[in-house]
Amino acid sequence: MNAAILLLTDSRLPAGGHAHSGGVEQAVTSGAVHDVPSLGSFLRGRLHTTGAVATALAAASCAFASGTADGPWAWDGLDAEVDARTASPAQRAASRVQGRLLLRVARRLWPSPVLEELAGAVPSPHHPLALGAAAHAAGAAPEDAALAAAYHAISGPATAAVRLLGLDPVAVHRLLADLSRELPTAPGERDLPPSAAPWADLPAHSAPALDVLAERHALAQVRLFVS
Amino acid sequence: MHARAALATALVAGRTSIPVLRSAPPLTLRQTGPHSVHLISTAAGPLGGDRLELDLDVAPGTTLELGSVASTLVLPGPGESRTLITARVGAGATLRFTPEPTVLAAGCAHRIEVGLTLASDARVLWREEIVFGRYGEQPGRCHARFDATLDGRPLLRQEFTVGTPALDTSPAVYGDARCVGTTLIAGPVPLAEAVVADGVAVLPLAGPATLVSALALDAVALRTRLEWGESTASRGRPAGPV
Amino acid sequence: MSADHDDHHHAPDGHGRALRLGVGGPVGSGKTALVAALCRTLGPTLQLGVVTNDIYTTEDADFLRKAGVLDEDRILAVETGCCPHTAIRDDIAANLDAVETLENRFGPLHLVIVESGGDNLTATFSRGLADKQIFVLDVSGGDKVPRKGGPGVTTADLLVINKTDLAPLVGADLDVMAKDSAAVRGDRPVLFTSIRQDPTAAAVAAWVRDQVQSWLHQHH
Ligand SMILES: Nc1nc2c(ncn2[C@@H]2O[C@H](COP(=O)(O)OP(=O)(O)OP(=O)(O)O)[C@@H](O)[C@H]2O)c(=O)[nH]1
Ligand SMILES: [Mg+2]
Repeated sequence: MNAAILLLTDSRLPAGGHAHSGGVEQAVTSGAVHDVPSLGSFLRGRLHTTGAVATALAAASCAFASGTADGPWAWDGLDAEVDARTASPAQRAASRVQGRLLLRVARRLWPSPVLEELAGAVPSPHHPLALGAAAHAAGAAPEDAALAAAYHAISGPATAAVRLLGLDPVAVHRLLADLSRELPTAPGERDLPPSAAPWADLPAHSAPALDVLAERHALAQVRLFVS
Repeated sequence: MHARAALATALVAGRTSIPVLRSAPPLTLRQTGPHSVHLISTAAGPLGGDRLELDLDVAPGTTLELGSVASTLVLPGPGESRTLITARVGAGATLRFTPEPTVLAAGCAHRIEVGLTLASDARVLWREEIVFGRYGEQPGRCHARFDATLDGRPLLRQEFTVGTPALDTSPAVYGDARCVGTTLIAGPVPLAEAVVADGVAVLPLAGPATLVSALALDAVALRTRLEWGESTASRGRPAGPV
Repeated sequence: MSADHDDHHHAPDGHGRALRLGVGGPVGSGKTALVAALCRTLGPTLQLGVVTNDIYTTEDADFLRKAGVLDEDRILAVETGCCPHTAIRDDIAANLDAVETLENRFGPLHLVIVESGGDNLTATFSRGLADKQIFVLDVSGGDKVPRKGGPGVTTADLLVINKTDLAPLVGADLDVMAKDSAAVRGDRPVLFTSIRQDPTAAAVAAWVRDQVQSWLHQHH
């Protein structure tokens, strides 16, 4: 593992992540998440659905950034693969905002042509694209990007729940510690496919409850978190 | 058992005809109207080990409505059962695919793969419903993968897995629901922004299509929610109470 | 935000962009009232944008839009995820993004005002977000507040003590407040206002105008 990935997974990275709850705020409002066990169940579901998609796409982005995936594909093609896997417009918007803010930070931390290329092709890229490209610019490998994406899928929502429900932060970190055993050690379920169809076959796990939560949140009059 | 059924439409003198209608038991196809066909199950299953394939070719400018007369009960058997459906919908063609639900009986191990290839101005309504076991039954395992491309660009890719209780009951995934369903509506609809109601979301996709996504306790409620979402999409505003 | 959002990352040195003014202070001290007053007074001569950081709703942004002091598209609201001070100090990304969005849409601007969510006496703006900052207190908390200090009171470029009209009602001694402020702030300025009585906040607006002028002089 490359040490730079620690910066990308640190919740203190100033990339706007603190204002996103990944659906937890609405799940708290609806009562579906109300204590440590229900949060644990929420996080596990999130990790293995949208988290698995983000993980695979971040790894693909890192591989693409490193130039190993050659073929007629481009950043906007990879971005379209995330779009196709994100049915909820509110989740697409949240992903693009976080991607844009991360890309902004990464361009200052690790100036590199590949980040300029991404910003030029897709100014508000989906978060996994920004994360994968940033990981590459920082010197990390696709496996590192995958790990960072998977951790991102649960760490932000966990912190949001601590704030919203006043849960014992140690109990919540225990959940993260347990879930960390389920984090991927390789990108996605399958290995990155060879150049024939680099992205079509990547995981596409849906989380229908998250879609409903995300759209309800976007319509809420009163909310603390962006998503 | 390995069965391959196929259906193709053609435009003849400005009308849809169905020159290819090849049944392969247990997938039996019956024409029930000028451009409507029903799937009639002529055996139980699929059972573990079965591989059922259906290929649909909806020619440019033609219309096809495909339904089924009964739900599909997926049963256990030696190995995994698989259903593979491929559909190509040509320019200006219309496809309405509304089969009855797939019910995952206890102990089954099933895979569903759907590949939809749409021309840019194809109009499609594609409904899928998965029921987690018969009444009071724990479902077997299922992995469904759905890929739709429009003009060669990805439009919708989604996967559902059922049968891992820790994930199925997650409030992020299915919560306390016992069925999941989606309807993809490709082609212009007047809906600009997402609409949500209890257990159902009507989601404008990034491409020119809308996805109705629903969860429910039983198949009847699921169908009600999906149909509500479908009419919400086609009216462009919430279609009254669910 | 869509994929076709323009790429508009500014150089961090501030060259060629608007002055970014943070307005912070405790809940209810009159930050939004002051922002509205500044828009009213400076709007006719300066190109402005406003970013609000409400804790819970978009109330401040809605208030400003309704007040009609600024074209409503020039007011953006940022959500802060339970942590108003994080959004202006530790993780300023969303605020920077909002500021740059305004500059990109309506630029060149002279001044972008960022109102923080009401917080406590320790909340100050990061220098990466605000070039200058105003800390707004009011008299109703009692005349002891400036004495307590805290980074907002001591380091803000301008300390505004608002609601002087209420001083007699709450028994706050403005002289004590002035003396205590001077003690912790050295020669950094302090202004007393009553936006109730002077909805143009003339003295504060004059200070802001000076800051904008010297900013434009240095960076354009
Ligand atoms: N009497 C009096 N009331 C004032 C004055 N300035 C503002 N107010 C009132 O004080 C209340 C709070 O003012 P705001 O401007 O909303 O305060 P704020 O600091 O923006 O509050 P938050 O954003 O909620 O932290 C409102 O009812 C204002 O009308 C003043 O000079 N005198
Ligand atoms: Mg305010």
